[in-house]
Amino acid sequence: MGISRRDFLKTSVAGATAATVGMPLSEQAEAAVKQSEKGWQWDKGVCRFCGTGCGIMVATQGGRIVATKGDPDAPVNRGLNCVKGYFNGKILYGADRLTQPLLRMTDGKFDKKGKFTPISWEKAIDIMEEKIRWALKEKGPTGIGVFASGQYTIHEGYAAVKLWKGGFRSNHIDPNARHCMASAVVAFMQTFGIDEPQGNYDDIEHTDTAILWGANMAEMHPILWSRITDRRLTHKPMKVVNLSVYGNMSSDIADLEIIFSPSGDLAIQNYIAREIVKRDVIDWDFVKKHTQFATGPYDIGYGFRPANAEKFHSAAEMEIVKNEKVRVLDKWEAIAQRRKEGEAVEQKNTAGLLPMRDWAISFEDFKTALEPYTLDFVAEVSKGDPDESIDAYKAKLKQLADMYCDRNRKIVSYWTMGFNQHQRGTWVNEQCYMNHLLTGRQSKPGDGAFSLTGQPSACGTAREVGTFAHRLPADMVVMNPKHRALTEKIWKLPTKTLNPAIGSHFVKQMRDLEDGQMLFSWTHVNNPWQNTANVNHWIKGAREMNNFIVVSEAYPGVSAKVADLILPAAMINEKWGAYGNAERRTQVWRQQVMPPGQARPDIWMMMELSKRFKLKEVWGEQKIPGLKADGFEDGKLPSVLDEAVKMGYNPEQTLYEVLYATPDNKKVAWPDPIAKGHPNITADLLKDGWFPEKALFEEYRQFGTGKAHDLAPFDVYHDDKLRGLKWPVHFKDGKWVETQWRNNEKYDPYCKKGSGFDFYGNDGVKMVMGDLDKPGDPKNTVDISGKAKIYFRPYASPVEKPDANYDLWLCTGRVLEHWHSGTMTRRVPELHRAVPNAVCWIHPKDAEAKGLKRNDLVWVESRRGKVKVRLETGGRNKMPRGMIYVPWFDEGVLINKVTLDATCPQSKETDYKKCSVKIYKA
Amino acid sequence: MSDQGPVGLNPKRRDFLVKLAQGAALAGTGGLLWDYILHNEARAAPYALRPPGALDENDFNAACIKCGQCVVDCPPLILKLQPAGGNLPIGMPYFEPRTGPCIMCPDIPCMKACPTGALSPSLKKIEDARMGLAVIDIENCLSWKGLRCEICHRECPIKGKAITLETHPRQISKHAMFVPLVHSDACTGCGICEKACPTTVAAIRILPHKLVQGKIGEHYRLGWTFDTEVTQDFKAPEGQSAAPDAAVPKTAPGVDYLNQGGL
Repeated sequence: MGISRRDFLKTSVAGATAATVGMPLSEQAEAAVKQSEKGWQWDKGVCRFCGTGCGIMVATQGGRIVATKGDPDAPVNRGLNCVKGYFNGKILYGADRLTQPLLRMTDGKFDKKGKFTPISWEKAIDIMEEKIRWALKEKGPTGIGVFASGQYTIHEGYAAVKLWKGGFRSNHIDPNARHCMASAVVAFMQTFGIDEPQGNYDDIEHTDTAILWGANMAEMHPILWSRITDRRLTHKPMKVVNLSVYGNMSSDIADLEIIFSPSGDLAIQNYIAREIVKRDVIDWDFVKKHTQFATGPYDIGYGFRPANAEKFHSAAEMEIVKNEKVRVLDKWEAIAQRRKEGEAVEQKNTAGLLPMRDWAISFEDFKTALEPYTLDFVAEVSKGDPDESIDAYKAKLKQLADMYCDRNRKIVSYWTMGFNQHQRGTWVNEQCYMNHLLTGRQSKPGDGAFSLTGQPSACGTAREVGTFAHRLPADMVVMNPKHRALTEKIWKLPTKTLNPAIGSHFVKQMRDLEDGQMLFSWTHVNNPWQNTANVNHWIKGAREMNNFIVVSEAYPGVSAKVADLILPAAMINEKWGAYGNAERRTQVWRQQVMPPGQARPDIWMMMELSKRFKLKEVWGEQKIPGLKADGFEDGKLPSVLDEAVKMGYNPEQTLYEVLYATPDNKKVAWPDPIAKGHPNITADLLKDGWFPEKALFEEYRQFGTGKAHDLAPFDVYHDDKLRGLKWPVHFKDGKWVETQWRNNEKYDPYCKKGSGFDFYGNDGVKMVMGDLDKPGDPKNTVDISGKAKIYFRPYASPVEKPDANYDLWLCTGRVLEHWHSGTMTRRVPELHRAVPNAVCWIHPKDAEAKGLKRNDLVWVESRRGKVKVRLETGGRNKMPRGMIYVPWFDEGVLINKVTLDATCPQSKETDYKKCSVKIYKA
Repeated sequence: MSDQGPVGLNPKRRDFLVKLAQGAALAGTGGLLWDYILHNEARAAPYALRPPGALDENDFNAACIKCGQCVVDCPPLILKLQPAGGNLPIGMPYFEPRTGPCIMCPDIPCMKACPTGALSPSLKKIEDARMGLAVIDIENCLSWKGLRCEICHRECPIKGKAITLETHPRQISKHAMFVPLVHSDACTGCGICEKACPTTVAAIRILPHKLVQGKIGEHYRLGWTFDTEVTQDFKAPEGQSAAPDAAVPKTAPGVDYLNQGGL
């Protein structure tokens, strides 16, 4: 940098504001500020909101947060914040902050139909204990579940997964990241055999092209967007392409805006691939050395209830849900999948892991599969704006293909929910890798497909710790006996303690509550009854079934409203924590202030509960309906108590002693000089002299070390000068060094010498060779060690499409000003004033045709439910005719009553971006 | 009207003008008219630009006895007393930069003439005066269009501090833009720029600070403006530790809302 911060301050003011007044601080003013800041205590921290992971500095005085500032030393944001980040310091102080455990009671006793009444923590843990015992007795480990979070701290996620999987032997723990990142995860695992992006944010400053595929970065990743915009302004060849189903603010800086129809992205990706093949611009050196062509089945359904759907769905809903069994192909699918229009295709690959099946194919087969995706066909399938001419649209597609086919052009593709929340979310992620791999554009500075994350620790916690129903830490899975064995070793559990059957994913847990399979549910750091699609079902499931719903929350939101027991939770600066952002950067903070009233950290709640259960109650034989695994009796987990005794455990010991306050962990003492005087409420409350967050982090670190997920020690991250490290982290020449670009020998020490590029995640993987329709002889395999897969995935039409009755597409999402379900940001008066309510964006001609106008109150109604909302024909989003957009932050406009709970059959991630609705005047 | 203003009028003529304005003020002291004037005064007060050193609007209104001495002693005669019926409170001194900006006399004679301190003698240097703040209408500013005007910048008595130029590529040609920016820490609000602005209606204008300036929340600091060290010996407030299990209250925040039901 040629210009110091001080010089910048003195000489330059961004010239975009009309009044251009008052930017720099004069020396006097600075002195005045210094005076008013006397007594402030500063510490480093991280923004509470999105997956960008901006650094912030936090000032406290008198036990309150008095100020924050963007951290000028943080490489992600260099002192900047978006307007949500600007309000980090205020989210703790909403007037209706929950400060006391609340239980539904009548006449002093729990009553599901009773009124919320304050109770003590002792009583709160008592009733949880009682209800878990009841659920375990009735249903076994599958009767209890956790709605986990991508907003957990790393320590919290680790504690939760250890308690549920290691303690209760239940895999029914799944994060809201299922709604957010799951498709990206499955695509990473299938393509590269290891999760999370190869590249990092510095790709922006190296690239010539940013292509957004369903990522409105201008609003959803505002600070990264200012980096992309800066690159656009300062690097002449830089082009920005915005592919979206409606015009959004990212189009403002884009050189090319492509408005496509819902699911049209699947066709566009294949068109690009076809052009790359046809124009003979494949990077053959890269493709031959580092990739393998592959495909999988197409008849994988839509993630609806697999059985007894009629029992739970209305006739109107069944019109869509019936596709789970048989799909009648439309004209486009028929061409795209090399079949006949109107053909009824039984969906044979819907159950269990069947949708994940894949096999290797030849390049010739790959080429044949791409053949239908001509410009004419793809333009017709995917054109999203009825007011755009087909020729103009074709010209844009061609321009896009030209960019990919220009081998001198560096390209980074970005996506978030547009790809991930998609009925074929895994496919479309994999298609993106397809085009990057074909042209050798992956794992290079400025070249790569980069999956952005939504939540602050979707990567660091939900994914890396593994709070998914199928996962264990460091990319391991419960189905794999070696992974279970390693986990049991690190956790010091008897062999076969861990349950090999995949647990219920997020939507499945909702279905389990609705059909009575699950009796106890605990929500951590998220708002499931606002964030899950088709929520009328789930509200009923929580309120009308005989079950017990516990919600840990900071503010009274929708999920708190449907709960039976509400636990007041400490918020970010009221506890020690760590998050991992979208570029693999792990960042930490210390506790700054005490939570208000009786609010307490989630991790303390888990530990307090764990004290109530003895080994003999949970490690005996357990029934697990449907369990089938090598070495296990069908439907059962064996008793591991004898083995536990052999290991030196006593069946009378509590889970607290065995999982958390272990002899090793208790050696990590509190107080610790690394705290520099900061408090630790968890340690204070536990009163047994150990430092839970540090001990758990050090224990967790063992999982990734030597397995390409290496983290540095706890204390290293707490160094004053450090602003996080991108894993894998290596100790080299006396220093902990991060990895910039993975799988690239130049940067990643895990790559084999001389490999150039090494996709080591697939080491040892063998694929069966097959053709486009099916795998071949199981004995005919190819070893794909060191290679990434290039998948062919076809176009598939959305399962619910507008018709005469429900004539509009509905797309949902966020707005810059609010975070997720608004529980925090709607408590900040300034943000609430800026955007008080959700509105429904609509094309003015659509409104006019329905006799409606801006600000009219309308019903948005689908086969599943309806909400009232005001119409907006202008503003930040430009809808094409035929589509509306309603954000989901507003509990007063509970749009998830309307949305469809179709998921990607591979990732089980819900598609919130497309369903059909009608609107009419309210 | 002459652009020059009434410089060169003899002192008697000045007295006459002052008395005329005062007379008008007196004539307005009755009934409905007075109510009307007060109403307008309340509404319009923030728009008046006061002579250098003027106290904050409320204090100024209280301290100014409408004597007119500042008007009499203003060398370029740009100060006026507001007659009745206008948009401004009557009898009080003000100036209109487009026709008569403050020329920033180093000895500040208007302030020295003030018998009550409404124009505060604590103003020692005219450069410290804050009569208002220049604001640019970038849509109609010639320089912001890329034309080489920048008159305001060149005419500014504190050029290079109160108004600076920033250069940008123009994107649509091979030329750079020279765009003026105003800095509140140096702008006195004299209005010479507004007078000099060559557009038909001035694209740079002086407005009272209150009408223009925002304020960043006390809860936030701009990260790059000065350095902040991590506190090495954090002190938690006295007596603050994890709240022990306290007596359970009858009610708690959020309960009323949660018990309303309805989803």
